[in-house]
Amino acid sequence: MPPEQRQCIYWRRNLRVTGLLLLLWFLVTFVVTYFARELADFTVLGLPFGFFMAAQGAPLIYALYMNRLDRTYGVREAADSELERHR
Amino acid sequence: MADYIVSLRRYYGYYTAVFFLAILALAILERHGMPARWIGYSFLLLTLVLYATIGVLARTASVSEYYVAGRRVPAVFNGMATGADWMSSASFMGLAGMLYLTGYQGLSYVMGWTGGYVLVALLLAPYLRRFGQFTIPDFLAARYGGNAARIVGVFATVLASFVYVVAQIYGVGLITSRFVGLQFEVGVFVGLAGILVCSFLGGMRAVTWTQVAQYIILIVAYLVPVTILSYKVTGIPLPQVTYGQVLEKVTQLEQRIFEDAGEIDARRIFRERADAYYLRILTLPDSLKEEDRRLTAQIDTLTKNNAQMRDVAALEKQRSDLPKTPEAAHSYWDGLMRQAARRGAAPEPHASAFPGENESASNAARLNFLTLVFCLMVGTAALPHVLMRYYTTPTVSDARNSVFWSLFFILVLYLTAPAYAVFAKYEIYTKLIGTTIADLPAWVTAWGKIGLVSIEDVNGDGILQLAELALNPDVILLATPEIAGLPYVISGLVAAGALAAALSTADGLLLTIASALSHDVYYKIIRPQATTQWRLVVSKALLLVVAVLAATVAAQKPATILFMVAWAFSLAGAAFFPALILGVFWKRANPQGALCGMIVGLLVTLYYMIRVEFNSIPWLGVHGIGMPPWFGIESTSAGVWGIVAGFLTVVVVSLLSRPPRQETQDFVESVRYPDWSR
Repeated sequence: MPPEQRQCIYWRRNLRVTGLLLLLWFLVTFVVTYFARELADFTVLGLPFGFFMAAQGAPLIYALYMNRLDRTYGVREAADSELERHR
Repeated sequence: MADYIVSLRRYYGYYTAVFFLAILALAILERHGMPARWIGYSFLLLTLVLYATIGVLARTASVSEYYVAGRRVPAVFNGMATGADWMSSASFMGLAGMLYLTGYQGLSYVMGWTGGYVLVALLLAPYLRRFGQFTIPDFLAARYGGNAARIVGVFATVLASFVYVVAQIYGVGLITSRFVGLQFEVGVFVGLAGILVCSFLGGMRAVTWTQVAQYIILIVAYLVPVTILSYKVTGIPLPQVTYGQVLEKVTQLEQRIFEDAGEIDARRIFRERADAYYLRILTLPDSLKEEDRRLTAQIDTLTKNNAQMRDVAALEKQRSDLPKTPEAAHSYWDGLMRQAARRGAAPEPHASAFPGENESASNAARLNFLTLVFCLMVGTAALPHVLMRYYTTPTVSDARNSVFWSLFFILVLYLTAPAYAVFAKYEIYTKLIGTTIADLPAWVTAWGKIGLVSIEDVNGDGILQLAELALNPDVILLATPEIAGLPYVISGLVAAGALAAALSTADGLLLTIASALSHDVYYKIIRPQATTQWRLVVSKALLLVVAVLAATVAAQKPATILFMVAWAFSLAGAAFFPALILGVFWKRANPQGALCGMIVGLLVTLYYMIRVEFNSIPWLGVHGIGMPPWFGIESTSAGVWGIVAGFLTVVVVSLLSRPPRQETQDFVESVRYPDWSR
């Protein structure tokens, strides 16, 4: 594979992963919060759901998928370099 | 590298153990009668000496060590240092207080300040690390070819960081004046000395290792009081889990307190007072003369009747405090009117999302919540002192990894802050509200002395109603140990933690300002042939000048900490975010577009912020510039306009002018992909 094409594939994949994660971020942050009033009826740990999401749920979700981030991206980077070495 | 990490862990392990022993020793000394003031002194002195020692041990004369700590800070430690760098006195003191005052609405800060790291990790950190220079203006100059972009970048860096650093030094002044009994203005300069020993001697390297030490102190100080409180109230020492049930109790208490007859009466009196101020403003300038006459008459009758000297003196002070001109009276009474109206308004339940009298007020609250979250997130991903930290890791993967660790370490605090607010509210509602004013606990007077707590028995029934208690948000956290009746050593610990939070952030910010000026302006633009030694001298001299300037501004007590910090976020977000993001993800963005975008974003934000927040700027001689907010969005979210305007401007101007040169496009390629040729 010529380097330009590889870079192109890498970048497109990178954009896809980034876009997907941003979508998740948007849902958790803005969509859930937008409906916080409607979601107040059920509670988690004694907190109304909207309150829980803003105070604990969303921050924990951010941290969790940041922890996986390196695997989603990092492994690919390593695999890419591996590929390069074999060529 | 592995050995290096092991020995680092060992050092910080010993250090934490010694810190706990010191607390224990002080607790024992308190039992044996050590006076409270000495405990305050010991904490202050102990921690400052500690930071100074690390600062001296890690001093450096190498440029790479000075600006980016030699690029060999392991991800976990970089995460801790970023955590301390990040968590300023706004997070430490302001957040819990904000949550106490506004309940759900305050959670926008928790969300915004954690979710911003998602943007950092996804959109910026890896690319900045791959670029691998020293400052954010470096990146702007490389991407948008030339010094114009660099200068605008430096200006925005200095502006946002300066607003932010003023808030930190203000926090330091608050702590030293309460716990050591120094005068506020003196406390500000003592704190300054603590900041300088570190950043001055060792630059990024000393700052990083001190920040790790400061993180440990601040997190212990944050967790200890609320954990004890949780144990006392619920029997389980896990505040983050138990505060839900306490919140249910608070909601029940709220229903009773809000409907209480005395409470409704007190609120009515405050509303009437607000109306009276409104009338006075309408009838200016006659009302000012009338007010003066009224006070004079009162003083005369009192003196004739041989009243107590104290009452006469109080009235005389009122008279001499009257504003001199009608314009001054307008803004003075306007402030008092708003204050009275706020205290007279119906209180909002802690747990309910977007409270408001009617549908549209509630929707406005929601809009403000969402826009503030957005501004704080984007600001996080654009604040130079945070982004700079991702230059200090060894590799690109480490940069991403250390974003995770940063988030992990700051989450410990952010997940606890809402619990703080709920527990403090529970204690105040059960122990303070409804008691007689004559036997209020000692902390109320202690904090009242520096003007952060005030009580006014407006309905004269001798009992404290909720509406009669005014708390400055910055006080909740510092006073919680006293509110809960914990030993003074815990108060000292909290003060040390708050100090650590303020100092660590101030260090990082001052360093950012100084490097922007010395590296970007002096070295890159004015004298590229300057020797490395000379560059460090310039940087250190600038650091000193900026620090003294910031302390001078802080001594004027400008606004509450959280407000100042929110402004800094809006400014940084509007100035940098569009240019940085489009710089990586859109090759077509060109220098003209970026330059216009940054300037437009910054100006729109400043314009909105100033006109919504201030009606007059006395020291500039400007009056009557206030305007109603657009769509009811508050000045803390001013960035939302600036960011949108910035993005639009970059895109439109770039498309209207020539595409960037080939070398710029190659540069974008170089930060996008891993370097396969290595």
